[in-house]
Order: sequence, then C-alpha cells, then structure tokens
Amino acid sequence: MCALVMLTLPAELLALKLPFYTCLIPAGFPSPAEDYEEQPLDLNRYLFTHPASTFLARITGDSMTGAGIHPGDIITVDRAIAPADGHIVVAVVDGEHTVKRLRRRHGRVWLEAENDRYPALELLADSRLDIWGVVTHVIHSFVSRKAAGSTGRN
Amino acid sequence: MYALVDCNNFYVSCERVFQPALAGRPVVVLSNNDGCLIARSDEAKALGLKMGEPFHLVRATLERHRVAVFSSNYALYGDMSRRVMEVLSSFSPEAEPYSIDESFLKLTGLELLYPNLESCAHAIREAVRQQVGVPVCVGVAPTKTLAKLANRLARKCGQGVMVLATPEKQAAARQDTAVGTVWGVGRKYSQKLLAMGVVTAADLANLPEGWARRHLGGVVGQRLWRELNGQPCLAEQFGEQAAPPKQGTSRHSVTCTRSFGRPQQEWAVVREAIATFMARGAEKLRRYNLEAHVVTVLLGTDRYANPGLATRTGVVTLALATADTGELSRAALTALRRVFRPGVAYYRAGILLSGLEPAGQAQFGLFEATPEQRERSHRLMTALDALNTRLGRQTVRLAAAAGPAPAWRGRCAFPSAAYTTEWEQLWTIC
Repeated sequence: MCALVMLTLPAELLALKLPFYTCLIPAGFPSPAEDYEEQPLDLNRYLFTHPASTFLARITGDSMTGAGIHPGDIITVDRAIAPADGHIVVAVVDGEHTVKRLRRRHGRVWLEAENDRYPALELLADSRLDIWGVVTHVIHSFVSRKAAGSTGRN
Repeated sequence: MYALVDCNNFYVSCERVFQPALAGRPVVVLSNNDGCLIARSDEAKALGLKMGEPFHLVRATLERHRVAVFSSNYALYGDMSRRVMEVLSSFSPEAEPYSIDESFLKLTGLELLYPNLESCAHAIREAVRQQVGVPVCVGVAPTKTLAKLANRLARKCGQGVMVLATPEKQAAARQDTAVGTVWGVGRKYSQKLLAMGVVTAADLANLPEGWARRHLGGVVGQRLWRELNGQPCLAEQFGEQAAPPKQGTSRHSVTCTRSFGRPQQEWAVVREAIATFMARGAEKLRRYNLEAHVVTVLLGTDRYANPGLATRTGVVTLALATADTGELSRAALTALRRVFRPGVAYYRAGILLSGLEPAGQAQFGLFEATPEQRERSHRLMTALDALNTRLGRQTVRLAAAAGPAPAWRGRCAFPSAAYTTEWEQLWTIC
C-alpha cells in the first residue's frame, strides 16, 4: 500500500540557492579547470594604462580619416604620455581642440591632417604649441548600437 | 611632513580643460540654482567680483566685461576631483581628500626620492597639471594647520609651492598670516582675537599654550596652538586607526537638498521633489553600505520674509534601519504631511537621513520585516541601482518621484556638458 503525504513548502525554499558549476561534475577525477576562477576580460584595464589621465572624446570632423579616425568614432586621449614625432595628438589651435598627427623634425614642429583636403599646419618656432594629450586608441563601430542590440535570429 | 594640495579656482579650471578658449578670459561659476558666484578665475577676481555675490546683482558687470558664466556642473567637477585624487595617490599611499578640491598628503619617505621637499612639491604640482589639466598649489609643513597656511602663501607668492621645513620659515610664515585665516579660527574667534590685539598667526603662536586652551574652546584651541607651533596633533584620517573613507562609517548623516527654480505651493510638486531627493539619498546610503533609522524632511520658506523661522522640519523614526527607497520614501512623505502647510510658498526642500548604521546589523523585532523580506528588498535595490547606473540616474524610479526636467528644478541657464560621465554629452573634437 502507498500513502501520499502532502507537504507544504514555503515559497522561500523554492528559491533555494544552489551552487552553479560551469562544468559537468564527473564522478571521478575533478576537472582541473574548476580551480581557475573565470574573470571577464576588462577592456578598461587593457586599454587604459593611466585611467586618471585618460579621457574619451567623440570625433566630429573628417581630417584624420587616413589614420582610421572617422566622424562618430570615440578616441581615448592620455595626458600622461609625452608627445613625440609621429604621435596622433589632441592639440589646442586658436582656442579649439583638434586631432592631428604631430611632426617634430629638424627643429620644426607642425601638425598634419590625414586627409588630402586639409593642409598641414605649420607652427612657427615661437608660437607655443599646446598639446592637450596623446591619442592612444580609436573605437570605431561597424554596427550601429541599435542593430547590435537585436540578435536577428528569429 | 604634510602637503596640502589645493586646486586653483577648481570649478573654473575644470571648465577650461574642455574649453581652451576660456584661457586668459574672466570666468565665473554659479551655485546651484544660479544663485551666486562660487568660483572665479583670477581675471574675474581682478574685476573685483566677490565670492558669494548674488548673480542678479553683478549681472550687468559680468556682461560689460564679457565674463564667461557657467551654472555649476558637479558631474564634471566630481569626476575631475576623482582624477586629481588618483594622481596624488600615486605619490603617497596616505592621501586624504579634505574637500572636492583639496587633499592632504603625507610625504613620509618621499624626501628620499627627491633632492629636497621643494622639488617634490613641484613634481606633484606638475603631475596634476599635466595629467588632469588642473593647476594646483602645494603647501608643505610638519603639521596640517601649517600646511594649510603654507598653501595660502604658495598662492600669494606666485610660485605655486611653499615649503615650511625650518622653524625660521615657519615663524616668518606665521608673521605673514592674518589670524582670521588660520585653519580652525572661525569668524567669531577671529573677532575675539583681534579685540585682544592678536593680529597675526605669530601673535597667537607666541601666547602661552594655556591661554589658547582657556580662550579658544579647550582642547580644540590647545590643539590648534600646537599645530600652529609645528607639533602635529590633528588625528590622521588616513590609514591606521580610521576606517577607509569609502565605507563612510564615520558619516553621521546623508542629505539631499535643493533650491527650487521658483517658489512652490502645490502639494503634488513638493511631494514629488521630496520623493526624488529621497531616491537620491537612499542611493547614497546604499553606496556607503549604510542604513538609516531617522528620516527628516526640511522645507524652506522665504529667508528674508521670515528670518529665523525659514526652515521647517518633520521627523519620522523607523523601528528598523533601512536603505530601501520605498520604505524611506513612505516615511519621508509621512514627515512631509506633518510639516506641509497649504498656501505657503516653499523656496527649498530636502531630506536628511540620520541614525546611520552599517547595513545588515539591524536587530529584528516582532512586528518588522522578516529576514526574507529584507533580503528581497536588498535584491530589488541592488537591481535598481544597477539599472540606474547603466541607463542613467532615475530611469527606474518610484511613481512618486520625478522624471527628467521636473517643474521644481533649479535654474541652470548656463550649463556645460558632463563631458566625462555621460555618453550623450561626451566631449567632442573636430
């Protein structure tokens, strides 16, 4: 004979927390990978050597398309790096910020656009060139944020 | 040795980092609600504009001299302050923020890395200027009080750095300092001291220690006197005995108050404002991992029409400390109902959370929430904070709280962008 016993379980018990293992647990030898805690990769730590002095900016112009910097892109600018010949920099020209390639050769200093429609901007020796920071990365999106949000696999 | 690092005209300097055309121009920043001047560039100071001057009184002057005017942008200033702090922490592990634009640094050991303290101070100054773009002054001395004094002189001398390492230099610096500007001497004591013929910091330091104890508030006065004489005795906030500042256990209260753009009489409007401030306050509590026992609601009427009676407060005490936005808002609205009078025009409102204790230490009572209910509330609040961090403040909120651009919002006629903290307002470069 069988008896049926009714048990009332409090709702909280149903939400009982169970450890979640990311691998099957074999009855035999435990997975050696289990010992390694999985940390998501952190782009901030990868990209920013100096977080305190790194700033993000959105590009609106097209003077640096030859260097792969397009309107709408986000650049990261680090103020802690000493600007040198060949660096892409954010400079202050006539009270405005501008992104250009810094050239420093034979005692002359000038800023170069990377788009044939823009002339190189030569700065006379006595006019102080004000470099705001050095561009370290460019973030260019190939898919719009909206499109990236939908999985499109219906 | 301590260094006090103070950012020059900090709010103005932050605006200038992102708008280089402001260099050399007079610039001012207004307080919340565009009330009065709270930051002035050196050029604005030279025009005779005073700290705290009501904006509407100097408006004509500002226009005549083409002064650039900004509403305060705390999103930007807060982020820049964090960056300055981070740079300072790279010099010394013992860096203690004193306000949004000032920090104390303990320089122990740093003298080994630099030929002398002057070059160390210059290195700090140059690092902040280069890495964050904000000019600072550095005052160095054996006590915090003297470091503060050195900082004032650093600004005055034009070098941006002042080191008071020897007793001779300290004596000369005290001679150059009016007693009223010494850290810890308030306006009341300053008047009292002047009346007694104590004019400079040197006059005060030369009086007997017992005199300071008798006349300047006991132990506090004694400590001030010793510090001024080069004997460190202000408890160190950094490191050892004190809890890490982020935990905020030393906090006694959390507040959120605002001036309204124009006076408000409507119950619905004031209620919405209070619910919004409470959402903000509760969020702060959770950030510091605290819970509050006491909820106070403050309503401000016209300061000039009712001097002395301008602020009314209502208090509700909770049986169990909490950081739950819902529970706290309910309490705040109960308190508000007690103080709100129809027909009265309110100029300001705010909430104050006190009776703070670390989260999760509450004693459970018979009639209060069960541990399960509290756990559920905790999870809900964690989810709420995560959503609002990701999607923007107040995206998910109680129906009682306000959305963007509420009717009571303070004036903010000259905003600059949150260049470094909002994707939509990100700094742009051509």
